[in-house]
Amino acid sequence: MHKFFIRSFVSSLVLLFTFTVAAIAKDVKAAFVYIGPTGDHGWTYQHDVGRKAVEAAGFKTTYVEGVPESADAERVLRQLANSGHDVIFTTSFGYMNPTNKVAKEFPNVKFEHATGYKREHPNVSTYAARFYEGRTILGTIAGTMTKSNVIGYVASFPIPEVIRGINSFTLAAQKVNPNIKTKIVWAFTWYDPGKEAEAAKALIDQGADVIAQHTDSTAIVQMAEKAGVYAFGQASDMDKFAPKAVLTSVENNWGPYYVDRVKAVANGTWNQKDTWHGIGDGMVVISDLDSQMPADLRSKVKKLQADLASGKVHSFTGPIYDQKGNLMVAEGKTADDGMLAGMMTYVKGVEGDIPK
Amino acid sequence: MIKIVKRDQPSRAIFFFTPVLAIFLTLVAGGLIFFILGFKPFEALKFFFIVPIADKYGFSELLLKATPLCLIAIGLSFCFKSNNWNIGAEGQLTFGAIVSGGVALLFYEQEGFYILPIVILAGAIGGMLYASIPAILKTYFNTNEILVSLMLVYVSKLILDYLVVGPWSNPEGFNFPETRQFSDSAKLPLLFEGLRIHAGIFLALTAVVISWFVFYKTYLGFQMKVSGFSLKTAKYAGYKGKKMIILVFLISGACAGLAGVGEITGPIGQLHREISPDYGFTAIIVAFLGRLHPVGIIFASLVVAITYLGAETAQIFMQIPKYTGQVFQGMILFFLLASDYLLFFKFKFIGSKK
Repeated sequence: MHKFFIRSFVSSLVLLFTFTVAAIAKDVKAAFVYIGPTGDHGWTYQHDVGRKAVEAAGFKTTYVEGVPESADAERVLRQLANSGHDVIFTTSFGYMNPTNKVAKEFPNVKFEHATGYKREHPNVSTYAARFYEGRTILGTIAGTMTKSNVIGYVASFPIPEVIRGINSFTLAAQKVNPNIKTKIVWAFTWYDPGKEAEAAKALIDQGADVIAQHTDSTAIVQMAEKAGVYAFGQASDMDKFAPKAVLTSVENNWGPYYVDRVKAVANGTWNQKDTWHGIGDGMVVISDLDSQMPADLRSKVKKLQADLASGKVHSFTGPIYDQKGNLMVAEGKTADDGMLAGMMTYVKGVEGDIPK
Repeated sequence: MIKIVKRDQPSRAIFFFTPVLAIFLTLVAGGLIFFILGFKPFEALKFFFIVPIADKYGFSELLLKATPLCLIAIGLSFCFKSNNWNIGAEGQLTFGAIVSGGVALLFYEQEGFYILPIVILAGAIGGMLYASIPAILKTYFNTNEILVSLMLVYVSKLILDYLVVGPWSNPEGFNFPETRQFSDSAKLPLLFEGLRIHAGIFLALTAVVISWFVFYKTYLGFQMKVSGFSLKTAKYAGYKGKKMIILVFLISGACAGLAGVGEITGPIGQLHREISPDYGFTAIIVAFLGRLHPVGIIFASLVVAITYLGAETAQIFMQIPKYTGQVFQGMILFFLLASDYLLFFKFKFIGSKK
């Protein structure tokens, strides 16, 4: 009896202790700063899905949407840091300098900046996704499905991230169909349904029968649906917006990373990192493959997906030539991350020049 | 019985009372919207209008936000008073920022007291150059200045895009669309340690004083007012209309250009794609809410500035969508235009006499 009492006392103490630790840990509050509205069904929408995963893991979260990259970003960040948030995710490139500036003033708050490269203070980490791996899959599908051998691509801004995507897409499409041409229209926006639809229309008029996009709205897949051509969803699964046109989507899956980082803050194990995850780590996800695709293509894509995840296949495997025919990556070699990060030349087969 | 009667003359008291009425009605309607959305109206209004400026930092942010709005609105009041509809202040702001940013980049990593004045002047000249396009087209080719100035906004943003993506992008910046950071000599000094309010506020206050002097103490101000009331009268009186159109556009452009300078050499410190959250358009609301009067514009810029700050605070603390800030700006303008009805009409109470 006595022994039992002690044992139950000890075990309840242990239980109490674990509960307290858990309770302290769950006190961590995370904040998210968004460039667009949470209902854009693209970039911001997917970050908000990630935020909800953090909530589901038992943490409190706050978000501010539609924060311009102007002088306003700094105020929002400082307000969030000042109001009891322990970790702040800033989800657009233009927040890079404000993030580092505010991080200096709040050394106890952790900052996570998406798609940037500056980590000027020990409490700033950066993270990005290897979307180009997803575009290798899209290129493979596009090269197989096209009949006109003209593939349209609506691009946003001529920065390495976007050029890399165009190249990875084109290389994969050439591999299955050496005759294809990729036509680019620069929309000079990340999110503008009107402009994006116009760009898609222009490409369709030029004979493109598959349209890829590196902008965030659903306007392009809807335009493709109307015109009866194929398209790919961007950032989120856009199948429901254009069930006939969308063959698959490349989804940005931030949830696991966000939960991981917030937990690290809670456990006191957070450290500065530069994360660049792809299909293998689950940050880039390929949606369900449409049944319009032939069965052998679908199984080929599944295999490619597994090989990209395991690292057996790299999106940029030589020989790769630029538009003028100069060798970029030698046979048997793969492009390193440094080359990928600064990629500002088109590969052979892409039409037109990069706007300068 | 109540009867609506046309006034013989627009009431001057009502003229200055309606903006206050518009703000009051906006608060009531805003409270109602919060209530419908399921928030406590008074708490929401508190987070919207009081919490953001309750501390020193918040107040400095209010002034920081109001500075470009006030500066642009003062410039616009010159145009609007004289019946010139310059809708393109955003473009003049952008082009002013481009020119002054270009000069600031020329002085990269150089120090010297002379740099800042040159940078500021360049911004004013840039804004003037850009505003002169709709002005010249209007005076000599009879084009519609509303369309021309508005369309030029998009042109200026594309020029900025081109420059920060291409020739002016930071060589060490991995081709991301931004320039280098300006050197300290090319930046407006901060007024207080730890706060972002900068010397640009003096530019705005100077513009307020000058505009008051021109409007109420000079012949030019009188000419502008007459042209505003009736172009025919102005012509009959022999005023040189063309000269004045160009002059008011230049003043307006200079003010917008200076507002652009304040943003890039103040809190931003470099050129990138998004230097203004549409200050040039919001300033149109400010100008009308302030009744095109210099003092009125000061108050109006503070009121409109707080809708920006309040929207952020309300989202952080109450999860109210941030876009309600724009709803508030829209409501202020709507109620102002609606209550202008009272300027020209009055309610008359008539007893039922037999």
